[in-house]
Amino acid sequence: MVSRRDFLKIAGTACGTTALSMAGVESARASESHLDHDRFGVLADFTICVGCRRCEYACSKAHDLPFGELDEYDDQAPMEEMRRPTVDDLTVINAYTPPTGHTDPLTVKVNCMHCEKPNCVSACIVGALTKDPKGPVVYDAWKCIGCRYCMIACPFQIPAYEYEKPLTPKVVKCDLCAESTLGEEKGIPACVEICPVDALTFGKREDLLEMAHLRIRNDPDRYFHKVYGEVDGGGTSWLYLSDRDFSEVDLPELGETSASEVTESIQHGIFRGFSGPAMVFGLMSVLVKSTGSIPPEKDLPASHENGHQGVDHE
Amino acid sequence: MNNPAAGSQAVISNDAVSIRNARGTHEEKAAPLAGNSKVPFLTPGVWVLIALALGAVAVLAVRFTQGLGAVTNLDNNYPWGLWIAIDVASGVALAAGGFTMAFLAHIFHKNQYHVLVRPALLTAMIGYTFVALGVVVDLGRFYNIWHVMMPSMWQGNSVLFEVGICVMIYLTVLYIEFLPIVCERFIGKVNLPGFWAGLNKPLDRLLRALDAGLNKVIIFFLIAGVVLSCAHQSSLGTLMVIAPGKLHTLWYTPMMPLQFLLSAFAVGLSMVIFEGYLASRSLKREFELNVMAPLGRIIPFLLTVYFGTKLIDVVNRGAYKALGEFNLQTAMYGVEIIGGVLLPAFIFMAHRLRRQPAWLFTAAAMVVIGVVINRINVFIIGYEPQFGSGPYVPAWPEALLTIGFISIIVLIYRAAVFIFPVLPEEED
Repeated sequence: MVSRRDFLKIAGTACGTTALSMAGVESARASESHLDHDRFGVLADFTICVGCRRCEYACSKAHDLPFGELDEYDDQAPMEEMRRPTVDDLTVINAYTPPTGHTDPLTVKVNCMHCEKPNCVSACIVGALTKDPKGPVVYDAWKCIGCRYCMIACPFQIPAYEYEKPLTPKVVKCDLCAESTLGEEKGIPACVEICPVDALTFGKREDLLEMAHLRIRNDPDRYFHKVYGEVDGGGTSWLYLSDRDFSEVDLPELGETSASEVTESIQHGIFRGFSGPAMVFGLMSVLVKSTGSIPPEKDLPASHENGHQGVDHE
Repeated sequence: MNNPAAGSQAVISNDAVSIRNARGTHEEKAAPLAGNSKVPFLTPGVWVLIALALGAVAVLAVRFTQGLGAVTNLDNNYPWGLWIAIDVASGVALAAGGFTMAFLAHIFHKNQYHVLVRPALLTAMIGYTFVALGVVVDLGRFYNIWHVMMPSMWQGNSVLFEVGICVMIYLTVLYIEFLPIVCERFIGKVNLPGFWAGLNKPLDRLLRALDAGLNKVIIFFLIAGVVLSCAHQSSLGTLMVIAPGKLHTLWYTPMMPLQFLLSAFAVGLSMVIFEGYLASRSLKREFELNVMAPLGRIIPFLLTVYFGTKLIDVVNRGAYKALGEFNLQTAMYGVEIIGGVLLPAFIFMAHRLRRQPAWLFTAAAMVVIGVVINRINVFIIGYEPQFGSGPYVPAWPEALLTIGFISIIVLIYRAAVFIFPVLPEEED
């Protein structure tokens, strides 16, 4: 007969092995950076943007979302409302007080930043959100279970949700026009394409960073001396230039690492190779034996649950 | 064979008398209430629960035809609300009685507690079932829940994946742990009528084989249940660690997983007292003070360790400075800590109070409510996103669904103790 100790050993090993394949392997793979060296991004220079809102129009058109006539977007009023991206508008332009000596407001583009180490991708329970090596953070509605943990995790509060749909709600956000930018034609994002003043520049992230720093160097009075997104939150594919501190245009102060580094280190600290749970299992297997004192089975109302008989003879 | 009396060696001296009595009680057998109950199954209170349950069904009908937007106040800034805070996060915590009692009675061999294992297991089983159902209601694409079980879609970096897979496995383990009770109920009593009578013998034999088989392996499931519970109870606390800019500084700490686990230990045992008292009142049965009081003695130690991690953390991070300002968050923090941790700990520690069922119940109820408030604080009150359009307040259908689900849990518990041998047999 198999003794309890042997049984527990076998059971513990089986449990550990299953669990290992469950959590350990997958995460070990994902923790290494898989980003391409020449991944792309967009540089948005708020000091150039004139707030024409053509990008809002082009974005909705490119994503089969409701959009109005082009001249409707000449209305400046919505920019005063400090809008956020919604299920119908993946990008919005907001207006802030004009810089000193100017009358036109500073206009700021809001959309998914496409983080280098995205919290939403780390949070997603089924891998419906992924970071493409080329840069875009893309969403696979087919995989999504609709838990909305990505929305909790996003430090920029970007993803919107189709709460009105009873059966097929989607998480909605800018995808950097992945269909075009990752596709055969190697296109550029619709918002960049339509921008009439070149406030938006699409290109290699590395080159864009260089360009951004060059602009600050060449015109130090024009810019706040920081490229937002270079390191913020672990870095982002969208890079921002502004005439003022970014906290004044409602961009969060995030530090240089992604919050997902913390959750992943906790998660893997406990579960890597399933060592933590295996230890607890082992400890309790010892406890079951060592705390002893098991009355004969017939004394216990819960006798069927304890399975002690036949194992206490040592 | 080991000496049964050895179990009382570890007994805490103050409660020595009660333990001797308790050893008496655990020689009783558990029995279904049906036929022996002092109260009928249907009472006016039960009708109220049924009405509330029907209310929940109505909310479900609207939710699954009109969408989450029609029944909730959730929006892009507040994607998680009452259902996540109460039905899921609090539900998991309050169902912790299952694994804590399994640990005390079966793994740590505190044999006097055997009598409490079955009710706690039943609560955990029903509780987790409704955690799972609560999740399904909240998921936008609930029919994709099976994706979590597909290795091709496993996402090992996701804290939520860890919670999800653990809860799924643990729920299965709970059903397996309950099977011996089903076997006990029907072995020798399979009595199908008429045409089906021929199946009686094979069914009985099957049950006996199942029972014997389970008896050999059940300890594996009991230990696995404790391991799985520790894993996901703590991981629930890791969930919000990914949102540092959104969660109020009084709660945001990378120590949340430890704090969630420790509070689960305390609230698990408190729930056993809490529901034991309510069940004894509702079913007009004796309250098992002789086991409940010693159980209550353990809780202040757990609460003290829990409070220690909270205190060290807020001091260490300087978060206590936030308490200088009086607002909703600091008030709720005060209620959570004073009302849910410190006061009940003092009541549990006072020997004279602990020996009075009403006080014991009060202290247990305070811990239960305190932990629920903590989960509400972490997932709702303390959740302050930068672009929040004001605090999230649940819509009434959200509240009705939560209340209705709790009603259904109570109804199923009541039905189960009438049908299955869960509560100890009482002499007349």
